[in-house]
Parts: sequence; structure tokens; C-alpha cells
Amino acid sequence: MNLAELDSDKLLAAFRGLLLSKGVLAEEELSRSSAAMDAASPARGAAVVAKAWVDADYRARLLDNATPAIEEMGIYLTGAPPLGVLENTPDVHNIIVCTLCSCYPRMLLGYPPLWYKSAGYRSRAVRDPRGLLREEWGTIIPAETKVRVLDSTADYRWMVLPRRPKGTEGWSEEKLAGLVRETDLIGVTVLPEAV
Amino acid sequence: MSFAPGTRVRVRDAWPELEGPAHIRTPHYVRGRTGTVLKRLGAFRNPEDLAFARPAATIPLYHVAFEQAEIWPENAPGDEFLIEIYEHWLEAA
Repeated sequence: MNLAELDSDKLLAAFRGLLLSKGVLAEEELSRSSAAMDAASPARGAAVVAKAWVDADYRARLLDNATPAIEEMGIYLTGAPPLGVLENTPDVHNIIVCTLCSCYPRMLLGYPPLWYKSAGYRSRAVRDPRGLLREEWGTIIPAETKVRVLDSTADYRWMVLPRRPKGTEGWSEEKLAGLVRETDLIGVTVLPEAV
Repeated sequence: MSFAPGTRVRVRDAWPELEGPAHIRTPHYVRGRTGTVLKRLGAFRNPEDLAFARPAATIPLYHVAFEQAEIWPENAPGDEFLIEIYEHWLEAA
């Protein structure tokens, strides 16, 4: 078998050809959509988080209605499902899962990591969330902090606003953004204190 | 019917997938369970019809919180699930 010619590639090429030849989509719409998907990455989510950490008004707008707040930063989510952002606090720690499939804020963060789509993650995140966090990610959530598991299975997509680590007072947005990892935005990890 | 934040609601104990092809966004583990409406998230076209290219009504979608330990007693008391549930799956508890 030639790996460069999988059936799925042939199907995609045929489908793409039909969309164009039947005039359902124009070439430039397809390219624009591809480019938007290529630009999406966890770094964009990290930039949003850093801005929310340094600007309380922005943080309030982001938590109230995330899509327009993110578009303020020049990151356009046109055509994507509405996005919600949930804030971690000393009282509540959020973790995102899609138990049905792989719902994920792709237009902002890009494709989900492979483990996010695994049956193991999707089942244990609801059946034993504290065990999953502790044993698979080394993340200990204190007993007095509520663990809130967001099962993202419908028309919204969700991202976590992690807590700003201690020791980062006065840091620039760019430097703060450099601390934030994809796993912090899903809620399976928390940021370590800065040294 | 519409549910204000704070309303106690029960998820219908319905299993349409046992009756034929179905596309359902309501997780198994909350069917028949009681939770609390956190907020209304808006209204969306019913994915159960969209998935089969049928005409789809626009229905309200709610964020509903459930106590984890009421579903699985081993889970920590106070921990919760927060799940998007379409209005036609909810009834007043």
C-alpha cells in the first residue's frame, strides 16, 4: 500500500473537487478556512489568558462572553461555535472533556491533543476526575477546592482560565503567555509557581 | 417551558438510541438525574435532527450542574459536572 494514497485522501480530494466544481465553495473560502485552522494554536489561548491576568476589565468581558472578547484581540472565530471561558479560583478547578466525541475550541487552540480524544481520558475524566488528575498528570487539587468537570457535548466550546502563578507580579503579557500550556487550558494541569 | 437559573431539573430517562438510529448529545450518565440550571446558553438548532438532514427546530440550551457523588458515590462530595443540555431533555424536578 502506498501510504501517500490512502482511501481517506482520495475521498477528501474528490469531495473537495465536487465542492469547487458545483460552486458550493470558492477556492479562496477553502484557503481562508485552512489558513485560520493553521493559525489556531495553544499559544493563542495563552495570549488570551495573559491579557485576562493583567487587565481586570478584559477578564470580566472574557468570562461574560468569550467570543467577542477574543475577537477584540484580532483573533477571529467566524463560523466557529460560541466559546465559553471558565475561571479557576481557590474555590473551583475546572477540567474540560467531551465524553461523546472530541468537542474542543479548535478555531482558537487548534486540533486537540490525541489523548483528549482517547476513551481512557473521556471516561476517567467523569468517573474518577481527581484520580485522573493525580495519577496521570500529577495535579493535586486540594479537598476544599471543588472539581468541576465540564462535559462539552453540545453547541458551545470551552476553555479554562487558569490561576496566575505566584511570583509573576509585574511580568509582561508576553512573558506571562509563555508560561501557559495547552494542558492548563484544558484544566488537567495547573501552573507551577514562577521561580 | 423555560428554566430560570437555580431551577432544579430532571433529565428525561429516555433512550431513543434503543429504538433506531439516533444522534444524541445528552450523556448516558445524567439521564434520569436531577441537577440545577446554572444559566441559559442561548438557543441552537436541534442536532438530533441536523445529523439526519431533517428540518431542525431551534431550542434553548442550558448549562446544568450535577453533584458528582449523587451519580457515583465514590466521587468526592461537592465536586460537580457541568453539562450543556437541550430544553426538550429537561423537566421540572
